[in-house]
Amino acid sequence: MMALIRQRLAERGGWLRLAATCAVPGLLALAFVLAAGWLTPGRLTSGTFMRTFQMVDGPHPGFRRNHAKGICVTGWFDGSGEAAQLSRAALFTRERSPVVGRFALAGGMPFQDDTPEKVRSLALRIMPTHSGEWRMGLNNIPVFPVRNAADFNDFLLASRPDPQTHRPDVARITAFVARHPETQRALALLKARKLTSGFANDTYNSLDSFTFVNARGTSIPVRWAMIPEQQAFPAAAQGAGRDYLFDDLIDVLARMPLRWHLVVTVGGAGDVTADPTVPWPAGRRQVDAGTLTLVRAESEDGGPCKGITYDPLILPGGIAPSDDPIPAARSVVYARSFVLRSGEPETTSAISRAAIRSGDQ
Amino acid sequence: MRPIEHFPLFARILHWLMAAMILVMLFIGIIMVSTVEPAYHRLIDLHRPLGICILLLAVVRLVNRLLMRIPPLPETLPPALRLAARTSHIVLYALMIAMPLVGWGMLSAEAYPVVMWSDFALPPILPHDPTLFAILRGLHTWLALTLFGAVLVHLAAALMHGLLLRDDVLPSMTGGRRHRAVDDPAS
Repeated sequence: MMALIRQRLAERGGWLRLAATCAVPGLLALAFVLAAGWLTPGRLTSGTFMRTFQMVDGPHPGFRRNHAKGICVTGWFDGSGEAAQLSRAALFTRERSPVVGRFALAGGMPFQDDTPEKVRSLALRIMPTHSGEWRMGLNNIPVFPVRNAADFNDFLLASRPDPQTHRPDVARITAFVARHPETQRALALLKARKLTSGFANDTYNSLDSFTFVNARGTSIPVRWAMIPEQQAFPAAAQGAGRDYLFDDLIDVLARMPLRWHLVVTVGGAGDVTADPTVPWPAGRRQVDAGTLTLVRAESEDGGPCKGITYDPLILPGGIAPSDDPIPAARSVVYARSFVLRSGEPETTSAISRAAIRSGDQ
Repeated sequence: MRPIEHFPLFARILHWLMAAMILVMLFIGIIMVSTVEPAYHRLIDLHRPLGICILLLAVVRLVNRLLMRIPPLPETLPPALRLAARTSHIVLYALMIAMPLVGWGMLSAEAYPVVMWSDFALPPILPHDPTLFAILRGLHTWLALTLFGAVLVHLAAALMHGLLLRDDVLPSMTGGRRHRAVDDPAS
């Protein structure tokens, strides 16, 4: 065998053939290494975001890397049938789909104190019986502060607390905003929003644009919001207790179901879909697609939302992504966060099972 | 000199089709997990059905492999390399079947719908269990890297046979003819 190889190498072009034998797998390996980004450690990946969240919020093993403080809720969604002309998704027909949701505060600190101005989120998993499920993460802000994933990473880093003062460095945030006029405009809209007294009477927005596709194959750009049936009282001063927003929600759900209307806004000509910092003009066509009813609150500890990733790209047929770059980034970053926290030891969340039981009484 | 014994046409088609699919799949996988760009969702939408296709073809191929007579390796090949060839083929077959199953199981444990297209999703094959998910997710990566390594070794070995040794091994799968210089004992 070795003699044969030696003989072949001695032939004309033998070494060239050996070089080709090694070069083809070598080049393929190189292509793989380049595709993986192993030679470009600066490339923005889900790992970058994990490091950023840890830098900004500190290590909190076992918890979601963002929207870490939360509570599970369950109920159902009744399609009104009115959005069925816009999207062929079965959940928009007049049928009832079970829902597992989660209310949370934005930020990676699982034990942060509730305050009126912190961003509140509602995540939903709507599970129609015979067709594709729909997951979403909605926030009580009118627009997203940045245009894309890279800007979001920079924005998080700019707003990280100073290790000495434990407060964000104003100069760093000012510098970021100076470079990003779209963030300046978005933050002004965030600041101007009406703060309500709690989770139960707040409005939650998709922020990102998606595409609805109907049975005839017609595509339209959409955004949507969950509008509360509960009367929206303005936020009073800080409520009593570190977890007052969650405690209030537990109390009210122990007494009565809570309802929201899924109101879909159809984008008009010229409405921006690729940039979630830009609001759509008022007066766009709106469709009441159905009613969300939530009936029960549970702690995340052993609760039904604990093992769920509210990945905004889990979409049924009839709903598709748009050219908005944020949902793909959220999808991949949430997935990474789920891998990490699922491999970490069990935790006890701020809103424990004991907190929920006291609310039931 | 006896003519080259080729693999049956069906086996050759399966081999080259799956070779392309597996390489594409490995690259989709590695690009997908290292990007946060919008291409991510298009890649993952392709990754799932392509993986299930590979699983189905791998089962067909395994059955076909067990039923057919395969061309013998050259008698000059030393026992160590024969063993390496046999082992690497077992590894390749095992991974072609295990990778999609681990992927399917991992999505099941993650409570993700295993969407093939639009509203058609496969049922879960494992219970919703985040701890199990974390293990399978890690396994999926390591098996993928092992599969890529095995593919590279397989490719290097094929080229060694085809370019350097110029024996019957590579033509038996390409369907090609023997190198003239080797064919002609006078040369």
